[in-house]
This record gives sequence, C-alpha cells and structure tokens, in this order.
Amino acid sequence: MAAQAIFDEMSGHDGRSRDAYRILQDWLRSAPPQLLEHRREEAELFFRRVGITFAVYGNAEAEERLIPFDIIPRILSGQEWSRLSRGLEQRVKALNLFLKDIYGPRDILRAGIIPPELVYLNPYYRPQMHGLSLNSGIYVQVAGIDIVRVDDQDFYVLEDNLRTPSGVSYMLENREVMMRLFPELVGMQRIRPIENYVDELLGTLKSVAPASSPWDPTVVLLTPGSLNSAYYEHSFLADRMGVELVEGRDLFVRDDMVYMRTTEGPKRVDVVYSRIDDDFLDPLVFRPDSALGVPGLIAAYRAGNVAIANAPGTGIADDKAMYSYVPDIVRFYMGEEPILKNVPTWRCREQDSLSYVLDNLHELVVKEVNGSGGYGMLVGPHATKETCEHFKARILAHPDNYIAQPTLALSTSPIFTEKGLAPRHVDLRPFVLTGRDGVRLVPGGLTRVALTEGSLVVNSSQGGGTKDTWVLSE
Amino acid sequence: MLSRDADSLFWLSRYVERAENTARILDVAYRMASMPISYNDVETNEWESALITAGGIDQFRAAYGEVTPENVIEFLAFSEANASSIQNSFDTARHNARSVRSALTSEMWEAINSAWLDLRRYKARKIKVEDLPRFLNLVKEASLRYDGSAMRTMLRNDAYWFSRLGLYIERADNTARVLDVKYHVLLPQDAPVGGGIDYYQWAAILRSVSALVSYQWVYHQNLRPWLVADLLILREEMPRSLAACYGALSRHLDDLSHRYGTSGAAQRQARATHARLTNRNIEDIFQHGLHEFLQEFLADNNRLSLAITNQYLC
Repeated sequence: MAAQAIFDEMSGHDGRSRDAYRILQDWLRSAPPQLLEHRREEAELFFRRVGITFAVYGNAEAEERLIPFDIIPRILSGQEWSRLSRGLEQRVKALNLFLKDIYGPRDILRAGIIPPELVYLNPYYRPQMHGLSLNSGIYVQVAGIDIVRVDDQDFYVLEDNLRTPSGVSYMLENREVMMRLFPELVGMQRIRPIENYVDELLGTLKSVAPASSPWDPTVVLLTPGSLNSAYYEHSFLADRMGVELVEGRDLFVRDDMVYMRTTEGPKRVDVVYSRIDDDFLDPLVFRPDSALGVPGLIAAYRAGNVAIANAPGTGIADDKAMYSYVPDIVRFYMGEEPILKNVPTWRCREQDSLSYVLDNLHELVVKEVNGSGGYGMLVGPHATKETCEHFKARILAHPDNYIAQPTLALSTSPIFTEKGLAPRHVDLRPFVLTGRDGVRLVPGGLTRVALTEGSLVVNSSQGGGTKDTWVLSE
Repeated sequence: MLSRDADSLFWLSRYVERAENTARILDVAYRMASMPISYNDVETNEWESALITAGGIDQFRAAYGEVTPENVIEFLAFSEANASSIQNSFDTARHNARSVRSALTSEMWEAINSAWLDLRRYKARKIKVEDLPRFLNLVKEASLRYDGSAMRTMLRNDAYWFSRLGLYIERADNTARVLDVKYHVLLPQDAPVGGGIDYYQWAAILRSVSALVSYQWVYHQNLRPWLVADLLILREEMPRSLAACYGALSRHLDDLSHRYGTSGAAQRQARATHARLTNRNIEDIFQHGLHEFLQEFLADNNRLSLAITNQYLC
C-alpha cells in the first residue's frame, strides 16, 4: 500500500470512467444541474417525512437527526461483487467456526495460533457460553463487515461487526429513494435487487430456532427502546418482517421458557433477534443493574428453549485486537488463503509494535480495541501535536487497549455538492446472514461516505452520510 | 398484539383527546371572559372554572397563586409541571407514537409529529391572550387530523379498537367533568330559571363540546338547562354524550372479545354502564341529583379504564 494517487470508484486512478460507471456518468453529463438539486431536496423531504432518524448520544439538542443522504450511487460490477461475496462468505464461516471452537474444544488455542489471554481477558468473553452446544451451531447470524479499497484490485476488511451491526435499514431505504427519484436512471441498467433482505433475515432467524419449536417459530426483535440510536432501524425491521418489536419488560421467563406479554395473554417466543448488548441481556447473569434485559433469558437459552441471534459472546471475535488474527483464523478453519485482506495492524500489546507506533503516531490511525462508532480513535495525519501527545500517554498507560494501522488512501466516490460533483472517501458495509441452512447475502451493502473534504471518518455519529450501492448483473 | 403496544395506543389516543378537550375548555373561558360586561352582574370567574374542569386547580394555586388569564393559559397549555397541559399531552402522545410506530399508519404518525413540531414553535414564543384562538384551533385541527387518519387508514383490528377505547374513555370523562363543574346552573324543569348569565353558561357548556348547533337540530327550541343535560348525557346521536361514548366502548370491547374468543370484566362493566345510561331519563337523574350521578359516572369510568388495563394492557 504505497502512497499513490487516490483511487476513485467512478474514474479510477487516471480519470477515465470505469466500466460499471459508464451509464451513470453519461447520464450525469446530460442531466441539468437544477435537476440534481431538486432531486436532492426531494430525497431530504422523503427522509424527514418518514422520520428516518438516528439519535446522537450526548447531543440533547438534536435528539433525532437525519443521516445525510447523497444521491450519487456507488456502483460495483458483477465481477467485483462475486469476488467480494466469496471473501465475505469465507470470512464469516471461519468466524462462526472460531466461536464454536472457542466456546467448545478450543483447538485453536491448543494449536498456539491465538494467545489465550486475548480470549480469556477479553471483556466480551462469556464463560456462560462455554460448553453450550447450540442447536444450530451458528453464533453470528447477522454480520456487518466493513470493507474499504485503495485500488481496483483488492478489498480490505477494516472491521468485523459481529455483535449488533446496524445500518441495513438505510441500505434498504436508500434504494427505495433512488427508485422513486431516479426511475429513468435506475431503469437504464441491470441493478441486482436487495429488497429480499428482510425475507432472508427472517428465514435465517427461523432456521436457527430450537429443535422443540413449532414448524413456524415465533421470532421477536429485542430493542433497548425508543431512545436507542438505532431505534428507527429496529422498528423498521420488525415491521417489515412482521414480528413484534419487544423491550425487555415485554418478555418474561417461566420454567426456562420465554414468553411475551400480549393482549391475549402470554405467548411463547422461540427466537430472539437481539439488538441489545450482551451486557444488558439478562441481569441474573450479566450486568445486575440492567433494566433493559430479561431475567432468566440465559437460563432459557442454556436449556435450549430459545435461540438468541447473535449469540452472546460473539464480541471476542470482532474486537480490534482479535481482528489482526482473522487471516490466521481463516487459514486454520477453512484450510484456504483468505480472499479478503486485512489492513496491516500493529498490536500495541507487543513491545516492537508499540515502539513503532509511538514513533510514527503522526502517520497512523490508532484505535481502541473495543471502541466503535469512530469514538476513541486518533487519525495521526489530521491530529494536532497536542492531541498526539495526549494520545501517546493513553496508549502507554494501557498498551493492550490499542492497535494501530497505516492511514489508508481510501477510495473516493463522487458526491453531489453545491459546487457540483466532488470526491469523498467511502467504505462499504455488506450484511452477511448465516442460518442453519447456509449463508445468505444480498448484493450490496451500506456505503458510508465522509462528507467533509479529505475526511476519512465515515461514521454517522461523526458527520458521515450514506449513498445507495448498486451491484450490476454480470 | 404486545400489551405494551396496546397500552401505548390506548394512551396515545387518550392524550390527543385530552389535548383537544383542554383546548375546548380554554376556548370557552376565553369567550366567556370576553362577554359584554353588562351580563356579568353575577361574579363569575371563567378562568377559574376552566381550571376546575380541566383538573389541577390545587396544583395551579400552589404554583401560581393568582388566577389571571395569562397564568391559566400558561398552566393549561404549556406548563411542564402540569402533566395534562396541552404541550405535555402532545409530548406524551408523540412519545407513545414513536414507540408504536409500526402499529400506526403513516398518516397518523404525521398528524402527531407535525402537531408536535408546531406546538414547540408556539411554546418557544410565549403567546399573548389574543393569540389564543389561533393556537387552540391548531390543537383542535391536530386532533381532528389524528382522529380522521385513524378512522380512514387503520386496519379494523385490535390496534384500532384499543386506540378507540382510549379516546372514548377520555371523552366520556371530559363530558362528565364539563357538566359537573356547571351542574349548579343545570336545573330541573320546574326550577326557576336564572337571568341572562345562565343562558351564556348553558351555551358555553354546549360550545365546549361543540354541540351548540346540534342542540337546535335535536330539540328545535330555546336552550333549556335540563335539555342541555339530556343531550350530553343520554342522547346517543350526540357524539360526545356519555351514552354515545359508552355505546362505542361496549361495541369495541365486544369486537375485541370476538377476536380473542374471551371476554371479561371490561366487557361486563361497559355493558352495565351503557345499560344504565340507556334506561334512564333526565328527570330520574335530576331526582337522584345531577352532581351525585356525575360523580358516580366518573368513578365508573375510571374503573372501566382500570379493568381494560388489567385485562389487556399489562
């Protein structure tokens, strides 16, 4: 990853339109500028009317905010997608096998591939899961894998999200808006549909129901409640799947079986699609002060009377320290070379890496091992000397808590601005579903875009936006 | 459906209805207060009676002391301390709406959401007494829009019935309270009728439940106090009467029991109260004592709300 001109998804390195973008670019050239401005305004109206909002923590003023939407789609060719999707499937399969192993025989630790303390001292390690044989054998039913690229060759995984990945509602709404606003453009090419995501999700969740459940198991979506930042998505998915959106207080456990309180009395629940952190799931087992969870849920889970997706304890596989071992994990379980690359990562827990990181802070991105949402992160090249010094002290105090990566020349994709089209850095979060019956992937994902010129931070909590992602038919 | 969702729908409708009722109460106070002074030979304080009708006179006295138009408007429309202020009613309604988004149609959500946004703007700029009618109109229109969207767009299933139950419980409570505060001016047929001021009082009662014109259509005669009571208690064709509310309550509770295949205390209580209202005439009620009758009704109505909660909402 040597320094080079930034790769643009539309115009490559050399400014010539890439194949997948040809139709879009011709269309953009012929479209009057006012048209784009009008459509952008319409899109914003649509989002506001439907109330697609997200909450930003610590920002009481704007309890609900819109995620900025950019109207220029990001396009992947059929070939690009087929390589990417094979890589995603391979990676998520390996991560599921890894979790099954860690909470089972622990072959990978005995083989000396992963340092045991990375597992046992990990705050997301759940001893309660140990020795529990899941009926489906699946731990991660819904994964969101963050992908970036620096050229037209390789895809790099930036991060695995294996706990409660969010953003899929934006993926679906973005497509809906694009089809409404640009029917002529959408109709000019063969874009692979993604609308079946919700059906696939429901199918995946039903496939992991306990053996004892009826042929049509009852699925619920468990949300922390309407103050949660992803509440819109929770209600969106529950609504589209036609399942109840429950809070902890709507569920109770009797004789190790889970019920929800309905107007017709208690109703048995077979599968809980949980959007609550493990910590809060069951106050009897995890945080005793949790008011969000369901007392006895884990006992019911251990008794095999309910499935929880994703399984508690998946966080050990997606923290940033474990991340650097994922290529080894893929080789160990799949016996194959990983198709998707990892971004080179220095683990500050290792002495050599630590000194390298401290010496080169101004060129690196430093992340907290357990952080998410772009919080607790240092972007060296954009940080002041003072911030760097400050961060240095934090790293030295807890080196185990940090990893560092080179600042990637992330690819850009054009966005529509007041001054016309302008390139901005993007990433991509495809969603990988894994059920008892295999992996399901809808072609595409959520493209996040850093709206500020030059910025590399795409997180919606930090001013990032989203765009529609098109995968073309081969 | 989830009990919590049903509960949210029930209270969502109650709070929208409550906001509208409070707006009507304020509207009447405003009209009465701007009445020609010559009719005011009897010392009345319409702003005070608005507080009594809406509930919360004690809380008001503790917080404000003096009853002035500005204070009453502030307390009933915007006060955060008053759980039933119009502003708080819409806050609660919207909070509930957000938590049951998927059980609402988009039209209902938009009605609540845009009213809530409009109200926030009013709150921010502290309205003057003469701006009151415009503000109250906004509240009434929001309630109409919400109710109209519910009627026109919701599936006729349990979600719809729970939202209707909330509305009728709240409406019955309001009508009974409006009557009770004025029971002393509503007289049996043979009692001596007071002067001009009473006429305005009766008209105000009717206006507060938007029944002034309906009265003429039903009775074809000048305002008579016992007929005002008759209209608002016993006439099923009057949509805000106690009888009409209980007709609707029993009907929707029956819808629920058919759908669910069981019935319980809520159905029994609603039917009993409805029967009491349809088998009475207004002379009976005056003989028994209007105030006593209304107090009993309010207690029954509360009991029904509790029975619905126990049977379905928790």
